Amino acid sequence: MQLLKTLIATTALVGAATFASAQANPAVIFDLGGKFDKSFNEMSYTGAERFKEETGIEYREFELQSDAQREQALRRFAQAGNNPVVVAGFSNATAMATVAPDFPDTDFVIIDMVVDAPNVRSVIFAEHEGSYLVGVLAAMASESGTVSFVGGMDIPLIRKFQCGYTQGAKAANPDITVLATMTGTDGSAWNNPVKGGELTMSQIQNGSDVVFAAAGGTGRGVLQAAADAGIYAIGVDANQNYMQPGTMLTSMLKRVDVAVFNAFNDVNNDEFTAGIQVMGLAEDGVGWALDEFNEGLITDEMKAAVEEARAKIISGEIVVADYMADNSCPVE
Amino acid sequence: MNKNLPKWVDLGLIPLLTLMLAFAVSGLVVLSIGQNPIEVVKVMIQGAFNPFGIGHTLYFTTNFIFTGLAVAVAFHARLFNIGGEGQAGLAGVGVALVMLSYDWPHWSIALIVGTVAAMAFGAAWAAIPAYLQAKRGSHIVITTIMFNLIAGALIGYLLVGPMQAEGSLPESAKFPSAASLPTMYDMLGWFGIGFDKYAPVNISFFLALIAAFLVWVLIWKTRLGYEMRAFGHSEKAAVYAGISPLKITMIAMLVSGALSGMMAVNTVQGEAERLLLGAVEGAGFIGIAVALMGRSHPVGVVLAAFLFGILTQGGAELQFTLGIPAQMITVIQALIIMFTGSLENMVRIPLEKIFLNAGKRGRA
Repeated sequence: MQLLKTLIATTALVGAATFASAQANPAVIFDLGGKFDKSFNEMSYTGAERFKEETGIEYREFELQSDAQREQALRRFAQAGNNPVVVAGFSNATAMATVAPDFPDTDFVIIDMVVDAPNVRSVIFAEHEGSYLVGVLAAMASESGTVSFVGGMDIPLIRKFQCGYTQGAKAANPDITVLATMTGTDGSAWNNPVKGGELTMSQIQNGSDVVFAAAGGTGRGVLQAAADAGIYAIGVDANQNYMQPGTMLTSMLKRVDVAVFNAFNDVNNDEFTAGIQVMGLAEDGVGWALDEFNEGLITDEMKAAVEEARAKIISGEIVVADYMADNSCPVE
Repeated sequence: MNKNLPKWVDLGLIPLLTLMLAFAVSGLVVLSIGQNPIEVVKVMIQGAFNPFGIGHTLYFTTNFIFTGLAVAVAFHARLFNIGGEGQAGLAGVGVALVMLSYDWPHWSIALIVGTVAAMAFGAAWAAIPAYLQAKRGSHIVITTIMFNLIAGALIGYLLVGPMQAEGSLPESAKFPSAASLPTMYDMLGWFGIGFDKYAPVNISFFLALIAAFLVWVLIWKTRLGYEMRAFGHSEKAAVYAGISPLKITMIAMLVSGALSGMMAVNTVQGEAERLLLGAVEGAGFIGIAVALMGRSHPVGVVLAAFLFGILTQGGAELQFTLGIPAQMITVIQALIIMFTGSLENMVRIPLEKIFLNAGKRGRA
């Protein structure tokens, strides 16, 4: 009994302390899978590090070990006065929706998912737009008239990549064949480079000469197999052009790092806005990578075509269908 | 049991000393990353026991009690069940199926059907390796590990196909809220006592304690338990005494699988209230360490599970407060497993000598 009374008293004290602090004191939570997953957790980290470098302000971080810690992590940082609290990953939506209303003075940011609360910014990426652009490049680079796609786990988000890619390829060349394969149906599909390589080999045998990998760690195997067979490959999320120089046509960029950096920076400059923030081509949230590793592969004609498509998508002249809007794709 | 040592040394002092050795080495690791071990211990303890931590500590403890008991029961029949991950995972599928198939009117009914489903699915997943071991001699360590992988693939398939909630990412639909299990906050609230409202610990914690008691009754107070222990000590002697290896192997593994499965009542039904990918989170493997440390005795298992619960929750606090990476806790857990599991003789043999000498002097 005595112990419980002490517990309650302490709870009340900690509760009261919540109101004390309100300075820019950012925190970032990494999802299951870890900080260095070569995917969005690592890009969150990159964005947070950039903020630290530019402003000299330290940030706090937490790597989730268990699904049961999601709420705790958000709550713990909010109670400690951290602001903003940023988390990447759709699985955190439920926890965010529960915690955010309890801390109206804290700014929360969730990436890849929408949570409707007055103090939450939901950042979502228009992956279909970026995929469309690399689809255009793929179709123009292809000599065989067949390009392909290797997805990680078969989830709507990955089909969104696939659907955008197919639309772009068909726009550049209506007669093109697009082969698509998903690596698997469970979490291991994100980290199975051997299978990724095998799938790529089979697509090459079926005539593909450009492959786009949206498959997390599995993508490494795809890029490797493409390099071994001497065909072009397209990376995803981060700029992966450096991984197989010479055969990397480009990479479809998804700038999670920018989202994290902006969130930190906006709070620091007192410019934070809640609500849905779509990071599409217009916001430079998605895009295609051009650097010293692939500049020899991108002809002026390709560059012109892809920039034209980009401008038309931004202006609204081209509307890229979003698979996740109605779970269907207008092209095969 | 060792006849050279008093019982309290065997069950109490040896685990305690090995644990202290493990902590001493962990302290060196902490020092090597430039942190003060005393400070780290302080933060961990505070993190595990403060009003916001204790509810999580007990939640993790509940998982580890179930998986620890599962490994312990199989150990008594000298079966090494490494399949806790798969059994608990499949049990989650069972829980989700019954929760989603019918609108259970009250949590008490939901708790009973959920537990039965969890036990049935967990046991069923253990039954195949058990049968292969008993009939074909396929080694249970290998088959249960393989079954973990098969379970993972099966659950993955279900969550992106038949069981996936519409338009969503890989998880099942949420269970009807009338069937929500009472959390510790709810239960203490009935008596007017306050508790952290958001803590995931729920009624399954008491289910785990009841399970521990029943395991004690089974192993030490029933004929079946006697047969399991006899079989574990010597299969030949057991056969000579008329004990059927097939029957004991099957029963021990079914009980073990059912206990692993009950973990799903805590995680899937009590906490997430829907089936997620990777809902087991390695608790199946930690159960092995818990059973080793608890010396396969239910009381020891409960205490060891509590220790691992403290480590898990306190480890999270290390990240919040000191920025020590989560992998540190994995290192400490590994050291505990190493010292209690494989380096036990380092403590046992010197102790035996001491007590042997003391005994001689006593007689002289």
